[in-house]
Amino acid sequence: MTVVVGYLPNQYGKAALAEAISEARLRGRRLVVVNATKGDALVDTHYASEQGIAELEAELSSLEEGHEVRQTLGPDIAEQILDVVREVDASLLVIGLRHRSAVGKILMGSTAQRLLLDCPCPVLGVKAT
Amino acid sequence: MESLSLLWGGLEAAFTPTNLLYAALGVFLGTFVGVLPGIGPAMAVALLLPVTNGMEPTQAFIMFAGIYYGGMYGGSTTSILLNTPGESASVMTAIEGNKMAKNGRAAQALATAAIGSFVAGTIGTLCVVFFAPAMAKVAVKVGAPSYFAMMLLAVVLVTSVLGSSKLRGYIGLFTGLTIGLVGLDLSTGQPRLDFGNPLLAGRIDVVVVAVGIFALGEALWVAAHLRSRPLTIVPVGQPFMGRDDWSRSWKPWLRGTAIGFPFGAIPAGGAETPTFLSYLLERRLTKNKHEFGHGAIEGVAGPEAANNASAAGTFVPLLALGLPVTATATIMLAAMQGFGIQPGPQLMEDEPDLVWTLLASLLIGNTLLLVLNLPLAPLWARLLRTPRPYLYSGILFFASLGAYTVNQQPFDLFLLLLFGLLGFAIRRFGIPVLPLILGVILGPLMEVKLREALALSDGSLSGLFNEPLAILIYIVIALVLIVPPVLERVHGRGDTPAREREEQMSDS
Repeated sequence: MTVVVGYLPNQYGKAALAEAISEARLRGRRLVVVNATKGDALVDTHYASEQGIAELEAELSSLEEGHEVRQTLGPDIAEQILDVVREVDASLLVIGLRHRSAVGKILMGSTAQRLLLDCPCPVLGVKAT
Repeated sequence: MESLSLLWGGLEAAFTPTNLLYAALGVFLGTFVGVLPGIGPAMAVALLLPVTNGMEPTQAFIMFAGIYYGGMYGGSTTSILLNTPGESASVMTAIEGNKMAKNGRAAQALATAAIGSFVAGTIGTLCVVFFAPAMAKVAVKVGAPSYFAMMLLAVVLVTSVLGSSKLRGYIGLFTGLTIGLVGLDLSTGQPRLDFGNPLLAGRIDVVVVAVGIFALGEALWVAAHLRSRPLTIVPVGQPFMGRDDWSRSWKPWLRGTAIGFPFGAIPAGGAETPTFLSYLLERRLTKNKHEFGHGAIEGVAGPEAANNASAAGTFVPLLALGLPVTATATIMLAAMQGFGIQPGPQLMEDEPDLVWTLLASLLIGNTLLLVLNLPLAPLWARLLRTPRPYLYSGILFFASLGAYTVNQQPFDLFLLLLFGLLGFAIRRFGIPVLPLILGVILGPLMEVKLREALALSDGSLSGLFNEPLAILIYIVIALVLIVPPVLERVHGRGDTPAREREEQMSDS
């Protein structure tokens, strides 16, 4: 059993990561960090750079039960995270939440909503401060 | 000095609000397509061909020229910030430019590229003003046999000198020539390669071929490689240069211009070779040799100036001889034909207003490029975040619309798809696109000149060799074809033992 966190290199992702780390410690579980991209643009600011991943690894190295950072590529962000959740048989998924306008949701959909509804395990939603 | 007063007249004609608007639009579009890898000025001009049908030729060419220069400039942004050259001419810029950006000097790299492009473009355009009329004066006297030889030289040079594989080059060339044959014979009206289809007998419109190969082919290629790991972009602010950067940049700009212009002006153009040479030269001449490979500003300034100077240089053969040497110039030639303007040595005499306004607007466009791009660099960097599906659905929409509007003929959409598949295939098999499009557009012109020369000599082949200039050009063609393989063979033999030794050493 593991804790999975959906990570983005911004304030929402950082908030989710901080919560996931303390949750992994509390539960004594391994932590799997997923950074997903659609990979259909040349540059994706939601995709962590090599340097960002190195910093992430350093931050996670203190976890006793071990950790793993995965960068995935696929047509659907939610599906990529759910695939990892199923694969590692996660006991908890941690994601960052943010305010979205109604129009924004109609146009772009909502990855968080998909995850909340479709994830087989409990989901912990974290708001950035 | 006659040229200068004519240029002044052109400047006055170009300085109308409408013309300035088109110049700004062209520069903006050009930078847009230049920044995005895979989409180049050739595609942009091809997509705009149907749109410009309703415009004045002068305005259309002002816009095209802006796109051409803008594309050359835009490529540098992607090279520097992403290490992914937007155009083949920006490959050398990426080497030092991206290193500079990673060292936190992205602003200086972008600035030296922009100002270098401006300097080179301006000097280059002024050179065109002086060289093109002189060349045209000589060229007007050239007869059909020599003119045919010249076109053959351009085609052979582009096919065999540029690009890594001669075989692939010739496959592209002959595919293009074949496409150019479809339809009624221009001299006798006999249908050729039309498969009994009256729609094909009416000749294939260049727009359909160009849009199919550049736009649809690229869209299919991107669709086949849609997802890839995103690249890390170097954050950038406002480009600027310090005093030290200026003093290190101005000489490379001038040297790059001097190297780039002649390469553009001879009918073996292409901007890759001069950028490469300029890079090597700067590395040799610099006082900061240790910085090369770690972000030397000279390595950005030189090649960027060289590629814009060569872009300017390509206007010499295009305007003076009607010979295009780059894909974009080829499409521009097709555009001239679309307006019923006969490209060739007579162009400067027949259409002086068009030529001089075009040259003047090149100067204006170049200035606009600098004014627009220095403050807009962060915006162009954001453009790279556009998801490809949005971008290419837009391109496909304009491609289909463009192909349909030329003749309002649904059959053209079928042809568009066919050429799109061909465009995909040439990308898949690494066949260069320039010989192909050159074959499509220059092929029929070459045929007309060939037939003209043969008609004069009653079909005797000697009619092709009865001018000294023609014979001289044929000798050059023979040398171009024979010398490189021979040299390669000689060098290859000399190299082998050394290479074997090296391999043995690396083994042990």
